[in-house]
Amino acid sequence: MSPLFLFLAFVALLSALGVVFAKNPVHSVLFLILTFFALSGHYLLLNAQFLAAVNIIVYAGAIMVLFLFVIMFLNLNVDTEPHKPALAKIAAAVAGGSLLLILVAALKDVRPTGAALDASFDSQIGMVDRLGLVLYQQYLLPFELASVLFLVAMVGAVMLGKREAGERNF
Amino acid sequence: MIELPALGWQSIVIFVVFALSLLIATYCTYAERVIAAFLQDRVGPDRAGPYGLLQPLADAVKMFTKEEFFPGGANKALFIFGPCLAMITALMSSAVIPFGNNVSFGNNAFFLQGIEVNVGMLWVFGVVSLGVYGVMIGGWASNNKFSLLGAVRAASQNISYELAMGMALIAVLMMSGTLSLREITLQQSVAGEWHFWNIVKQPLGFIIFCVCAFAETNRTPFDLPECETELVGGYHTEYSSMKLGLYLFAEYINIFVASAVMSVLYFGGFNFPFQYELRDWLVSNHGWELASAQNLITVLGTVGLFAKIFGFIFFFMWVRWTLPRFRYDQLMRLGWTILIPLAVLNILITGGLILFGVIQ
Repeated sequence: MSPLFLFLAFVALLSALGVVFAKNPVHSVLFLILTFFALSGHYLLLNAQFLAAVNIIVYAGAIMVLFLFVIMFLNLNVDTEPHKPALAKIAAAVAGGSLLLILVAALKDVRPTGAALDASFDSQIGMVDRLGLVLYQQYLLPFELASVLFLVAMVGAVMLGKREAGERNF
Repeated sequence: MIELPALGWQSIVIFVVFALSLLIATYCTYAERVIAAFLQDRVGPDRAGPYGLLQPLADAVKMFTKEEFFPGGANKALFIFGPCLAMITALMSSAVIPFGNNVSFGNNAFFLQGIEVNVGMLWVFGVVSLGVYGVMIGGWASNNKFSLLGAVRAASQNISYELAMGMALIAVLMMSGTLSLREITLQQSVAGEWHFWNIVKQPLGFIIFCVCAFAETNRTPFDLPECETELVGGYHTEYSSMKLGLYLFAEYINIFVASAVMSVLYFGGFNFPFQYELRDWLVSNHGWELASAQNLITVLGTVGLFAKIFGFIFFFMWVRWTLPRFRYDQLMRLGWTILIPLAVLNILITGGLILFGVIQ
């Protein structure tokens, strides 16, 4: 394990804990962004540059901005926080506990093999052109359907922005 | 793996690029005043040093010595973190910009580029999309509703124009087939062929990208994040002293980076017309070695790239002192109902032209 990996793992875990334990929701969002950066660093170590860049653009650059928007306007703090009923607390504990159980069950037999380090490891595996070939050859139909979905979303946004007839306030 | 000599060279290049970004941004503030004075038929700064050349220094001293003010109830850590973040994101993207071709000493070839990654374009775009955090965190941490509204105003502008900007980039990507900025530059000039810069192949894409660059750097006619005359100052209403200075300074670094990206993507980067002819002429008529002729071309190309960058910086300032600012609804309508459909159309046209083999 390289020192870089250990550092990134440390940052990722610490900031992930920060997300949960931070009192201020805006601090939580910022810790979550830091976690995404650490994860992007892990992708880089795994030679997946495209995934690292896209992770930052999509999650840190777009989705978290929307989170921040909403949280800033909600103005959450201790005074305005609604009191949670005991049932919700029990439900949260049960749900979180089951997730932990599943994770432990899934990971308890995993042994690090180091298989990726042998001679057959392909250093180009995470590069853009490799990913493109897979997307456009093996997964062409789902990829195209997803792109149509995005186009529809974009056209919808433009349509919502268009001024309707007679609606002029200036 | 990267060997250590190359790594040492890269850190030198990164340090030089870092210093240059700061120097150019410093003198952008001076150039802004001189150009404004020229366009408005005034004298402009002429007191500090010869031709007022020490004016940026005087401004810096002024900024540093002003009172540092923390608004009551502000989130102090984030209040300081906001301007830092604005500077960090402004300085990060220049690392992948190729400022020149390779220079060779003996058997070693060095690239005049911080880091060559094969996702350079995505890196630039990712850093641009992070730029909004400095504004939002600063505006929120001020504990002032006008700052918060200003931050949201700035953030929604940046997010809206990022979309059209990304789609203008996709058209370039479709032609080049690579995300590496160095590869894109090299493709714009091929030895022995009649080759055009991307601006000829992507005129509409360039216009969209240029408008979005103006909006992303918060420059007039899209400087609504800080329009103090009509709305309240914006996200930096509560900021004073050098923290305000850092926000304003980050804007100039962003202008430099945006100019560099536009030069690289659309105006040939470090290529200049007849460079290969000049190299061959030097080799055949003057008995130069190929390597030293290539080094000369590289140096000239770097000078040429900076000439292009300065041209764009001048364009930014020319527009600022010529056009009035948009109203906020006009800004949003331009972004969503004009630029995005145009960008989609541009992608369609580019795809069609590639399909029928007109461009490649």
